[in-house]
Amino acid sequence: MIPGQETLIEIAYLCATALFILSLKWMSSPATARRGVRAGELGMLLAIVGTLIHQEIVDYRWIATGLVLGSMIGVPLGLVQMTAVPQRTALSHAFGALCVTLVGAGEYYLQAPAVPRFTMAVLSLEVILGALTFTGSLMAAGKLQEILPQRPITYKGQNFVNLSLLAVALCVAAYLVVHPEQTALFWVILIVPLVFGVLMIVPIGGADMPTVISLLNSYAGLSAAAMGFVIGSKLLIIAGALDGASGFILSVNMSKAMNRSFSNVLFGAFGQEQAAVASTQETRAVRSAIPEEAAAILAAANRVIIVPGYGMAVAQAQHKVRELFDGLTKRGVDVRFGIHPVAGRMPGHMNVLLAEADIPYDKLFDMDEINGEFPQTDVALIIGANDVTNPAARNDTTSPIYGMPILDVDKARTVMVIKRSMSPGFAGIDNPLYYLDKTLMLFGDAKAFVGDIVRELSGNTRG
Amino acid sequence: MEFDLLTSLYIFMLACFIGFELVRRITPLLHTPLMSLTNALDAISVVGAILLVGEHKSTFTTVIGTVAIVAATSNVVGGFLITDRMLKMFRASGPKK
Repeated sequence: MIPGQETLIEIAYLCATALFILSLKWMSSPATARRGVRAGELGMLLAIVGTLIHQEIVDYRWIATGLVLGSMIGVPLGLVQMTAVPQRTALSHAFGALCVTLVGAGEYYLQAPAVPRFTMAVLSLEVILGALTFTGSLMAAGKLQEILPQRPITYKGQNFVNLSLLAVALCVAAYLVVHPEQTALFWVILIVPLVFGVLMIVPIGGADMPTVISLLNSYAGLSAAAMGFVIGSKLLIIAGALDGASGFILSVNMSKAMNRSFSNVLFGAFGQEQAAVASTQETRAVRSAIPEEAAAILAAANRVIIVPGYGMAVAQAQHKVRELFDGLTKRGVDVRFGIHPVAGRMPGHMNVLLAEADIPYDKLFDMDEINGEFPQTDVALIIGANDVTNPAARNDTTSPIYGMPILDVDKARTVMVIKRSMSPGFAGIDNPLYYLDKTLMLFGDAKAFVGDIVRELSGNTRG
Repeated sequence: MEFDLLTSLYIFMLACFIGFELVRRITPLLHTPLMSLTNALDAISVVGAILLVGEHKSTFTTVIGTVAIVAATSNVVGGFLITDRMLKMFRASGPKK
């Protein structure tokens, strides 16, 4: 052994920890965020190199194979289209959880039958959290990629079945803590959470995805922290805790933005509010408009707020929206974007798509920042968003989404809604916004319709 | 190095508080890159996998450990790569219009 080698490794880990914390700190603003990524990369490099010089490592061939193969998979995963980011994120939660679960299983295999009680407790936690995050994230990725049906599947007693499974896993884990030599039981705390992970995501619909992805993010972090306890690595405990805290905050944000209680999120009882609204199919009159009219109204406006939703992402309309933004800005119209926290399929989804389309980020506003601006706004243009603009959430106590914070688009002087048809949104709730006198419905595909408006605007300039 | 259980619990608790305070300050604008960044940082679990494989105590642990290294490394590489790609796209209006 080289003298001081162990100290050297510990110093490398210490520096890595500091860099990870700085990395998160620098993420707070777009100006410093890329520095945050550099810090994270450097920290990771230090940690991996530090680990590789560990004296207990006797064989490097398998390690090298793993690192090379992993990089080969990682590069294409880092180069996916921006529209595929939600499913990529879900998939990487699955990979992270897989690593944690496998290492947990390996540690148990090596240490059994004489596993100290505390180690067994955190090891169980590591494996249970890891396994349910693994299958849960795979399911989420499958739904987001539309390999699996996106519609929530519910049945009677679903929560009872799910919670029972979780209870079984926890009880067996508790028994293992006392009797770690019962190696056959280890399979139970491995397989039951795997099944639970699948069942947990079965009732989840697309609009619940932001909450679920955040929650899985948190679970992945906590399982890594548990692994830190098992192998005695402070670096891992800290990195896992940071990730767990981050996912936790995001899921609390998302649940608040959907007016779900916190316990509702913790117990994973998602998608239960699929209230089959008996839609009173009285065909109420709506006003609709063609692109020419929409363009004329937008051109005459001083202030416009665009409200994007998942429909914009589906129609891939973000680049056309940028052209609209440019066209209106050139005419001296003040154009801003109002973004609801749960718009899209993951936290911040809309911001990334709009940034990709080269819209400056200082024009993108969070719900709380922009809601006070709608009364002074001439036109609110809604592109592919529905429930997050539904005024029923504010004043109709019988509405399933009552109490959910919404963007106050109905306070703008004119509201324009680009929508395929009058069919209700994800939650199956009718939107009274569409029947207001000030609302104009623009029926059509988001991308095509925005394109038509842009053409009208540029045509007018030439004429 | 000695591993003290109680100290570790303190560390975990403090790290959670730091995490809360840091993440609370992050603008919703960057929540997607934040998630891919924490994902990459979380892949520090590769350290555990490397030790498991490197100690080479049994073929079984070496094989599953290698799979674990592959999974975690793909997160490290892919996570940092996509976070940086996303952040590169965020620009302010102004000089370079």
